[in-house]
Amino acid sequence: MYAKRSRFLTIMLTLGLAFFYIPMILLVIYSFNYSKLVPVWGGWSLRWYKELFQSAEVWSAVSLSLQIAVVNATFATALGTLAGLAMVRFGRFKGRTLFGGMLVAPLVMPEVITGLSLLVFFISLNQLIGWPAERGFATITIAHITFSMAYVAVTIQARLTGVGQTLEEAAADLGAKPFKVLTAITIPQLTPALISGWLLAFTLSLDDLVIASFVTGPGANTLPILIFSRIRLGLRPDINALATIMILVIAICVAIAAIVMFRQQRADLLDRQMAEREES
Amino acid sequence: MTVSTTVSAAPWLEQKEQQPLVQIRGVTKKYGEVTAVDNVDLDIYKGELFCLLGGSGCGKSTLLRMLAGFEDLNAGMITIDGVDMADVPAYERPTNMMFQSYALFPHMTVEKNVAFGLEQDHVPKFDLADRVHDILKLVELEDFKKRKPKQLSGGQRQRVALARALVKRPKLLLLDEPLAALDKKLRKQTQFELANIQDKVGVTFIVVTHDQEEAMTLSSRMAVMDAGRFKQIGTPTEIYEFPESRFVADFIGSANIFEGRVTEDGADHVRVETGFCEVFVDHGHSVKVGSRIWVALRPEKIRLEKSDEVAEGPNQTSAIIDDVGYLGETSIYKVRLPNDEVFDVTMPNQSRPTHATQRITWEDKVKISWDPSSAMLLHS
Repeated sequence: MYAKRSRFLTIMLTLGLAFFYIPMILLVIYSFNYSKLVPVWGGWSLRWYKELFQSAEVWSAVSLSLQIAVVNATFATALGTLAGLAMVRFGRFKGRTLFGGMLVAPLVMPEVITGLSLLVFFISLNQLIGWPAERGFATITIAHITFSMAYVAVTIQARLTGVGQTLEEAAADLGAKPFKVLTAITIPQLTPALISGWLLAFTLSLDDLVIASFVTGPGANTLPILIFSRIRLGLRPDINALATIMILVIAICVAIAAIVMFRQQRADLLDRQMAEREES
Repeated sequence: MTVSTTVSAAPWLEQKEQQPLVQIRGVTKKYGEVTAVDNVDLDIYKGELFCLLGGSGCGKSTLLRMLAGFEDLNAGMITIDGVDMADVPAYERPTNMMFQSYALFPHMTVEKNVAFGLEQDHVPKFDLADRVHDILKLVELEDFKKRKPKQLSGGQRQRVALARALVKRPKLLLLDEPLAALDKKLRKQTQFELANIQDKVGVTFIVVTHDQEEAMTLSSRMAVMDAGRFKQIGTPTEIYEFPESRFVADFIGSANIFEGRVTEDGADHVRVETGFCEVFVDHGHSVKVGSRIWVALRPEKIRLEKSDEVAEGPNQTSAIIDDVGYLGETSIYKVRLPNDEVFDVTMPNQSRPTHATQRITWEDKVKISWDPSSAMLLHS
């Protein structure tokens, strides 16, 4: 009975994983395809990688996307942290419920609506004060900050609620003024949430196609916009090469994070065991 | 450390000479509809180790947090050393707190944790290092100063928390369940250590605890709290030997409580008629003849002996053993009285029971009796 169920589970797991990963594996394999036609196998080759590295268009899109992602992640983390602090640590203030609702609204708002409303906003702003004269890096970055700070705020809120207020009270009790409590105790306590919030905002920005399409202008192509526009002209193998590189970069990042976390956990475990041995 | 020698052993008895260090007047705290602390008054004097004792939700922790400045008062006033604390934020109060969970800063070493408070006061570096060293020596943690809190055992963490709270030499140290996180054996040992340290540094301690044994061992005076109010304030002996109410008699230790009617009220004695015998109390009480009253008897103050005779006279009655519990150092006997009430009686097992006939056991006929000074009369 047990063996039977175990076999059933194994099959389901295999099917599930296959569903997720076979498309990606195919993509990686076809990135090494010599043929110009994607579905036709023409032998192994690095041809498309070579073309990719020679394409100025692709590299300017990668560079723009990375710049937007970094600036966005930094600002979104700063603003989202402040919003999270306001929600969790400032007790009840007037309009708290409204603020809380507005803070999470971007999480559930359809991207099309967000993108459209931002486009309308930038156009009216241009008519009113003459800025932004041209849509591109600045408008995409601002648009990304508006929605990704909501994700950061939620992350920070969860962490603040999780760690509780006792350490901050202890610091105040020892004579630390509110700003000192924030810098010496609260921020260090928030570090894991700050890092994950930053990475989340970075990924969201790198990933976004819909909102960026609305608020971008001529000449400013982010990577998703570029890929999408090329796909519309027909599948081209150099996009496969680009996607393969992206998968590789992500895999390396995840592996590093896993190793760091594993080492940290092992160190903590050893410390605890040492302390317990001393007590007995 | 400053060693205080001028502090009297019983400062609360010399109220005229001494101004209380802490004055709590009409303090009330409400959370919505719930009244956590209900119009309490209390004076605490310099050098005391005062315990607030009560069950969970009785308001003891709320009162402590109001002293520390973490909670606002809804009504009333708290003064420390004559200064009204109403507009003084937590970080400017002359108090320090030791938290139940210790609240050690996990990203700082033991040394940094202890130094944190002094750094906030901009204590000069050389002085700071000396004071941190001295206090870590007092709690025997000099060898651990470079460690992070998670590298310490529970007992060591508790001592870091104590050192951190004491190093600023506060006028008042607030301790929230300081020993609750330790295991039983370590707790007993630490109770005495804590009292010794308090004696050495001469700082006034207010300790919140739910553990009556801890309160009895530690405190110079204690307050028993229930539902946001003080039920009784006094020394451990006063509270144990002269409880004022059934709640206190039952909360501190255990007690056999029964009802009676006052038949005689003299200046130096009281007689109470009960369902099984007359209770004679050899000291005066302000009671009215004819009124109903509660009498409490501590299990260890009742004598138990095998007897087939019918016991007559005050402060004694015949009874039958219902149940026996052997606890090692003592045994507890459930004793059924003629009116079917059941009393607990405890007796130390001073010798090994060698002969089965000596042992008091189930269904044995016994006589119980107690001293005229033992019965406690309770008004409520």
